[in-house]
Amino acid sequence: MQRFDFQLIASWIAPGSRVLDLGCGDGVLLAGLAATQGVQGYGVEIDDTGVLASVKNGVNVIQRDLEAGLSIFEDGAFDFVILSQTLQAMRNVEGVLREMLRVGREGIVTFPNFGYWRHRLDVLQGYMPVSKTLPHSWYDTPNIHLCTVKDFRDLCRKIDANILDERVIHAGRQVTVLPNLRGSLGVFRFRRA
Amino acid sequence: MGEMNSRSVGVATPQRAGFLEPLILKAGKTLASYELVYETYGELDADRSNAVLVCHALSGSHHVAGYYPDEPNKLGWWDNMVGPGKPIDTERFFVVGVNNIGGCHGSTGPGSVDRATGQPYGASFPLVTVEDWVASQARLMDRLGIRTLAAAIGGSLGGMQAMQWTLSFPERIRHAIVVAAASRLSTQNIAFNDVARQAIVTDPDFHGGNFYAHKAIPARGLRLARMLGHITYLSEDLLMEKFGRVLKRDEYGFNYDVEFEIESYLRYQGDKFAQVFDANTYLLMTKALDYFDPAKETGGDLARALSAAKAGFLVASFKSDWRFPPERSRELVTALVASRKAVTYAEIDAPHGHDAFLLDNRHYHELVAAYMDNVAAEIDAGPRRSPLAVAQTVLEEMRGYRKTEGE
Repeated sequence: MQRFDFQLIASWIAPGSRVLDLGCGDGVLLAGLAATQGVQGYGVEIDDTGVLASVKNGVNVIQRDLEAGLSIFEDGAFDFVILSQTLQAMRNVEGVLREMLRVGREGIVTFPNFGYWRHRLDVLQGYMPVSKTLPHSWYDTPNIHLCTVKDFRDLCRKIDANILDERVIHAGRQVTVLPNLRGSLGVFRFRRA
Repeated sequence: MGEMNSRSVGVATPQRAGFLEPLILKAGKTLASYELVYETYGELDADRSNAVLVCHALSGSHHVAGYYPDEPNKLGWWDNMVGPGKPIDTERFFVVGVNNIGGCHGSTGPGSVDRATGQPYGASFPLVTVEDWVASQARLMDRLGIRTLAAAIGGSLGGMQAMQWTLSFPERIRHAIVVAAASRLSTQNIAFNDVARQAIVTDPDFHGGNFYAHKAIPARGLRLARMLGHITYLSEDLLMEKFGRVLKRDEYGFNYDVEFEIESYLRYQGDKFAQVFDANTYLLMTKALDYFDPAKETGGDLARALSAAKAGFLVASFKSDWRFPPERSRELVTALVASRKAVTYAEIDAPHGHDAFLLDNRHYHELVAAYMDNVAAEIDAGPRRSPLAVAQTVLEEMRGYRKTEGE
């Protein structure tokens, strides 16, 4: 499993930080951050399998539906709140981003870039895109809110989030030339304006 | 873990420990001396670090796992959780089950003879609280040579004791597993408890709690209390599924006899319970439930109340439990998070209601097993894949990736 995005996220997070990982899956990101950077924090996961895997990975995980909000977390309780490849499957995208800004000093979001050229090509040819970052067919995808890098930038502006850093990556490396066209995964770092 | 569940700790042997040092109770009274009856399973390791205390709920006892030679088919109340290869693995942990003070399974309680009078305590037995139980359990641990518990675990009222351990003895417990519990009872829950108590105290055979002297038992009251309780321990869906509106006969009888299956079931459960359980114990246990509220001393601020705790927490609730619903567990988790404790929370999809904590559920048992694996690793009590090993794999992946990237 190539997780360049995890590597990038790790490089942004200061050692000893308090981190909340929303939609933490099996918890490997937090487990890695805890081991390498001594971060403390929690994962939030709705799925039973993910919760169990997180416990097996030694991660403090809280079973909760992100759509129900982050009311169990106090304002500013974390240095970083991460939402890794989860945003696109959420109903209330704006709500969760606002909650991230409330409970964390900084937010980090990664999402599949719909503007990636292969996706555009698929649509031009008359089909919904299927790719490595969007592996599902249109009829069985959990993804309901797909966006491009530019779209996400706009939403950040709308919710008064200052973008501190943004990278677009593809196949494990950063794309600097025409990122919204050539990159398949957007990685944003932002904070309250 | 199907086959694993067939393994048992085998024959269990209750033991007794007498305590002559008075126990000063939260209610201000003093219990001059008392006895605790307990069972242990597994071996205490050389550095005495692998002890797990199992705390019982309202009707439980020290008989957590295994069976007695004269009743080989009657297993301990948490036999599916405790045993060789089970979530609380007796191959790795030294597990202690203890009947609480005020109980009716052998430890000093209202039915015991008061040495001062030579008569059963009855109404004179003092009300004991969760804090008192934890204090007495700690003395038993002293007696067994256990300085620090690897974990305390309990469901319902038992979960409250596990929680209290982290507050009363933060240095003596590494982990608390709090299942289907609450940091305090809801109004509705207290109300249920009071109806149960009223059923008992208004039974003419109760004799103000001194029914032993009258050679009577308030069976009608106890039966009603149990019937009411039993309804609240099960989910509505489960009752519907199990009994529906099935009648014992084909047609309505237009009388007040037992007609629906559910009536028959509840009465049977109530009768069975009334024959074996002590009415004063029932009263006392429900009061201990009502009184438990660690946040009372911090003006309702639970996070502050929990700040003393040093243990890690596994909190679990069941979606169909309406007596101790997930909301109550979430309150606890919210406070633990606010006071920055290590906590894992699982909301388990089981259909049985509150009783689910006692029943087989694969995911629930796997979770406790996984958590206990981590506990075992922490105290070096057996093999497993540590979080560090996992993290190292992740790290290697990251490094390996960097290499490919550089090429």
